[in-house]
Amino acid sequence: MADSNPSYVRHEMLPAQPAPIATGNIVGWIRVNLLATPKDIVLTILALAVLALAIPPALNWLFLQASWFGSDRSVCATVVQGGIQPDGWKGACWAFVKDRFVQFIFGRFPLDERWRPILVIVMLIALLVPMLVPKVPRKGLNALLLFIVFPIVAFFLLHGNVFGLERVETPLWGGLMVTLILSFIGIGVSFPLGILLALGRRSKMPVIKTLCVTFIEVIRGVPLITVLFMANVMLPLFLPVGWTIDNLLRALVAVALFTSAYMAEVIRGGLQAIPKGQSEGADSLGLGYWQKMRLIVLPQAIKLVIPGIVNTFIGLFKDTSLVSIIGMFDFLNIVRLNFTDTTWITPVTPITGLIFAGFIYWLFCFSMSRYSAFMERHLDTAHKR
Amino acid sequence: MTDHAISVSSHRGEPRVSPIYDPKVRSIFFQILTAVIVVLVTWSISHNVSVNLARANIASGYSFLAGRSGFDIGFAMISYSSDSTYGDALLVGLINTILIAITGIFTATIIGFLIGIGRLSRNWLIAKLCTVYVEVFRNIPPLLVIFFWYSGVLSSLPQVRDSLKLPFNMFLNNRGLAFPKPLWGDGAYLISVAVLVGVIATLAIAMWAKQRQMRTGKQFHTIWAGAGLIVGLPLLTFLALGAPLSFDYPIAGRFNLSGGSVIAPEFVALYLALSFYTAAFIAEIIRAGIRGVPKGQSEASFALGLQPSTTTRLVVIPQAMRIIIPPLTSQYLNLTKNSSLGVAIGFPELVSTGGTTMNQTGQAVEVISIWLVVYLTISIVTSLFMNWFNAKMALVER
Repeated sequence: MADSNPSYVRHEMLPAQPAPIATGNIVGWIRVNLLATPKDIVLTILALAVLALAIPPALNWLFLQASWFGSDRSVCATVVQGGIQPDGWKGACWAFVKDRFVQFIFGRFPLDERWRPILVIVMLIALLVPMLVPKVPRKGLNALLLFIVFPIVAFFLLHGNVFGLERVETPLWGGLMVTLILSFIGIGVSFPLGILLALGRRSKMPVIKTLCVTFIEVIRGVPLITVLFMANVMLPLFLPVGWTIDNLLRALVAVALFTSAYMAEVIRGGLQAIPKGQSEGADSLGLGYWQKMRLIVLPQAIKLVIPGIVNTFIGLFKDTSLVSIIGMFDFLNIVRLNFTDTTWITPVTPITGLIFAGFIYWLFCFSMSRYSAFMERHLDTAHKR
Repeated sequence: MTDHAISVSSHRGEPRVSPIYDPKVRSIFFQILTAVIVVLVTWSISHNVSVNLARANIASGYSFLAGRSGFDIGFAMISYSSDSTYGDALLVGLINTILIAITGIFTATIIGFLIGIGRLSRNWLIAKLCTVYVEVFRNIPPLLVIFFWYSGVLSSLPQVRDSLKLPFNMFLNNRGLAFPKPLWGDGAYLISVAVLVGVIATLAIAMWAKQRQMRTGKQFHTIWAGAGLIVGLPLLTFLALGAPLSFDYPIAGRFNLSGGSVIAPEFVALYLALSFYTAAFIAEIIRAGIRGVPKGQSEASFALGLQPSTTTRLVVIPQAMRIIIPPLTSQYLNLTKNSSLGVAIGFPELVSTGGTTMNQTGQAVEVISIWLVVYLTISIVTSLFMNWFNAKMALVER
């Protein structure tokens, strides 16, 4: 076998080389990722300085100095301000958030009836979680329950006046409950409406196309506040004499219409990305327009624009905070309402409340965006490289 | 067999279909149906509106704009008092909206650009910090950011009595930032003329320098010449005129500051909030734009011997701009529309002054129509400008 091993072929293996510096150890990682060039060294030092200046006071304010227990303003005010804290004290007033937490969630919903919104939330979670986990079967039935049955049951449960339930007028609804109701109904209405508007905008019928384009462009050209004002002030004028329309319903109409215009543009982007061959293929199979859209075009188009759709939902969730301007008590407004409550009025109350509210909004929006990223990967059937 | 086939095809011609299944007939039918429904709904709505307005004793029309408003506006760029008309009030609101939009867009673009570049940095710490910024601001409502600045930060500033003294006789307190008001003397308009001349001269030099570089390959330091012209020329004019500038300094009284100019905290809160909020979105757009330029482009540029900074300026940025401009336009429009949130903290922009007008006069339909027209006009003008800019930057193809 010696002749099959000529002299120009190496006879023994080379010694193993050291691992690349970046993967080697922590020192290597720091050299590559933090100190690669003189510019990077300066930037790293600057960033560390900013962090060193910002983080300890922030942690101190948020946790160490924060006042966690108590039932009135004295625990969050200094002696001069009429409290028990020493002069110069500064810290978060979590006792305020703890004391008012239930109000933040339910608004002024009557105390004895609180089990009703709790039951609704439990139902929502019970239906939403299996809907969101891809492995759970019977999605059709689940969707039917979640988007048709659940809203009706939830409405009667919250509003009452049937089956011996006490009537709770919508002005008493408030807090995170109202924010979630507005978002849920807004999502449920704007998604199908957005699909219809997007299809209308791509329609070959000039009348329908003009209508859809006008609606979409007008709504997208104006701020949500003006749409809310319109719904609040002009909707009652539009109705025949003697008809009234509930405040919450006005806000719902405004939010749903506003979001559906944005949704339509997102879905139109998806529709435009589907090659014409798909549509022609459906035609050649003899499918009608709605069959073609429902079975061939829309499933592909919507899958493409999931990130955009979820971004619209996140925008909707954030935009529900604007209903406070037309006098509704959504989550943010209830939190702000408590700033002026004499029981808790201190210099640190507003900022504590706003940080808490910001955290809750952030939690919802961030989980939505993470879920959309997960869904995008899950549905990615090799269209992308 | 063949005869049979031929006879069948000769009988066919246009297939006979029942009109119900003819796409053209159906399309016309559905369009007429839609049009009829729209007309009926519009007619019934306008009928209801006129009946409802008549019942409420409100005369429709825009004559209320000439009436005396009777309310004060704290932050007006043009002269305005409670004796001015509703039209003036709306104009003050419009100017404030435009002011906040322009200043906000300017700042948001700068912050957004820095954060976007930062997220692409190879420096792990900088990239992570910028990611945290984007993820925090994208996921909270803009209204909350406004309240955060307004009631969280700015209202914790000291009272007027304990104003913070800043250099140049500036004072910071919970009623805003007071600073010396410049009073221009005679002939000061010549300074703005000098600025204009400087700008025009710089543009001319830039054109000449580009032509020369195209012809001879020689470069010219347009930036330095331009800076000299735009800064130096007005400065010389200013000195030649004998420095016709004095200041009206704010004076700290016991309960109030007198004199000087004051930037209201409402303006600062709205401006900072919109800038920081929109910057997060702009950062993502910038990042996507730069990542959208293939790596081969900068590699080819290096192979040609261009410096990294030149590569960025001449190869990467122009191509990234094509991806960046369309979404950037919609962010600018979003910022402009979000300026209407000023109503929540009492900043007198268009929706705020319009809302007060609406409450006082009851002219809801008219005020809302003014809002719609103004915002739609702003949207259309911005879109047209950005479309023009986009067309200018677009890839020139054969």
